[in-house]
Amino acid sequence: MSRLELRHVRKAFGGLDVLADISLSVGVGEFVSILGPSGAGKSTLFQLLTGAEHGEGEMLFDGAPLDDHGRHFAFMPQRDALMPWRRILDNTTLGLEVQGIRRKAARARVAPLFAEFGLAGFERHFPAQLSGGMRQRAALLRTVVQERDMLLLDEPFGALDALTRTAMQRWLEQMWRHHRWTALLITHDVREAVFLSDRIYVLSARPARIVREIKVPLPRPRSLGGDAARQASALEAEILDIILNPNPSKGHDHD
Amino acid sequence: MISVGLLLLAWELYATYSGIKPTILPAPSRVFEQAMLNREALVDNAIPTIRATLLGFACSLSAAFALSMLVDFFQPLRRALFPVFIVSQTLPLVAIAPLVVLWFGFGLAPKIILVALVTFFPMLVALVEGYEATEAEIGQMLRAMGAGRWRIFMLARLPSALPYFFAGLRISITYAVVGAIFAEYAGAAKGLGIYMLNAKNNFRPDLVLAAVGVSAALTLVLFGSTVLLQRLAMPWERAGKEPVGMGSRR
Ligand SMILES: Nc1ncnc2c1ncn2[C@@H]1O[C@H](COP(=O)(O)OP(=O)(O)OP(=O)(O)O)[C@@H](O)[C@H]1O
Ligand SMILES: [Mg+2]
Repeated sequence: MSRLELRHVRKAFGGLDVLADISLSVGVGEFVSILGPSGAGKSTLFQLLTGAEHGEGEMLFDGAPLDDHGRHFAFMPQRDALMPWRRILDNTTLGLEVQGIRRKAARARVAPLFAEFGLAGFERHFPAQLSGGMRQRAALLRTVVQERDMLLLDEPFGALDALTRTAMQRWLEQMWRHHRWTALLITHDVREAVFLSDRIYVLSARPARIVREIKVPLPRPRSLGGDAARQASALEAEILDIILNPNPSKGHDHD
Repeated sequence: MISVGLLLLAWELYATYSGIKPTILPAPSRVFEQAMLNREALVDNAIPTIRATLLGFACSLSAAFALSMLVDFFQPLRRALFPVFIVSQTLPLVAIAPLVVLWFGFGLAPKIILVALVTFFPMLVALVEGYEATEAEIGQMLRAMGAGRWRIFMLARLPSALPYFFAGLRISITYAVVGAIFAEYAGAAKGLGIYMLNAKNNFRPDLVLAAVGVSAALTLVLFGSTVLLQRLAMPWERAGKEPVGMGSRR
């Protein structure tokens, strides 16, 4: 059974159609990406999932309608949303604190993860004292320690320079192999989607509909050389082609 | 500091060499000399002014804080109340001060009311705008974590308002001193305002200026303490200016 399933989800802001028709599913332990051009409505989809906005259509979680939005998702917003006034340690325990866990217990739970996330020694620093990549890892740490059923990651590496971004992608892939989170990732980076995902949904420009669903049959750990790398490049080229030469007749028809 | 020094020097030279009477424009040296001679009276009159300033400011601060929270939780209130407050800001102090003294007597009460009146609105606006400045994504994230409105207010909206709060505080504290002096000017037993009025009526501009000097010093001290308070309350502001991370910084 799917962990998350969306059926014909639509959303308009006033007269502006943002999501035209979104149907997708994410299985348990699966890493799925949503790939689409800027302004397509990707973040809007997460607003619906987290309950910040309401749309039409069905949203099912483990087969039941999604109602209590607070329970299922650990959400990482597009900007890191670290609180400048909290030290990194206190930023990462935020979700646990909201869940009502005592500060001491919450700290004990995040502390061992600092090394894994490359943040050891920076517990007492303020976000402004960290590099972009470190901030992003802190935001990710804050997200995963909540131990929710599913991660929602909105362009976690979008604001980083190319080098840092590549390093972070490799790091995340490795982390994912350890933890096997169920994850839905938003990105507009084709390489990132192919490198990290089990499956990719390609979105059209606004109003967004799903143009194509693509399985990524590459073995894990994802390597950077050899046969798999050639396969990955071919897949990237194919996806770029879909995005840059939209041809509706080839896409999945949801009407 | 240098500009103030030059100004005083020019003034001193003008007052000494232009032949202007000291009963019209006394030289700074004379003002200082007279301030020293009358320091007991000055201190004696400064104390009620300081008391009125601080008490009035404390009142307006608590009122502004309570109301800002109310407005933040019940947005319609904002539209209903703000016009009233804006009007309260356009009332000319010259006209209002004697009236308030007339209604509330020569005691401390009218001073507190006037100080509160001039500082309340800037503080309220600063706080309300500060709450609004909370990053939308932080709110969305907290909601996804399961936080309610009160939780979001305490965890995100209140701390987000701190820089705005201190900006408002720095402006209001200077208004507060002026408000207190104005209230005393309109009628008081003691205070820098009434001291200035009496000195003027006795043709002692040197003592008027000495009192002005005291009020300026008072304002500077209060302003300085708000700056200090901000440093203590917002340690991350300074920390941010000395990054220690590695790799790229945004
Ligand atoms: N609260 C809102 N009210 C009105 N319009 C909105 C709102 N939120 C988003 N939109 C509009 O919806 C469209 C899609 O926005 P969204 O943030 O979902 O795009 P996106 O795909 O995440 O883009 P990017 O990749 O640049 O982050 C935009 O045109 C935006 O102006
Ligand atoms: Mg977005």
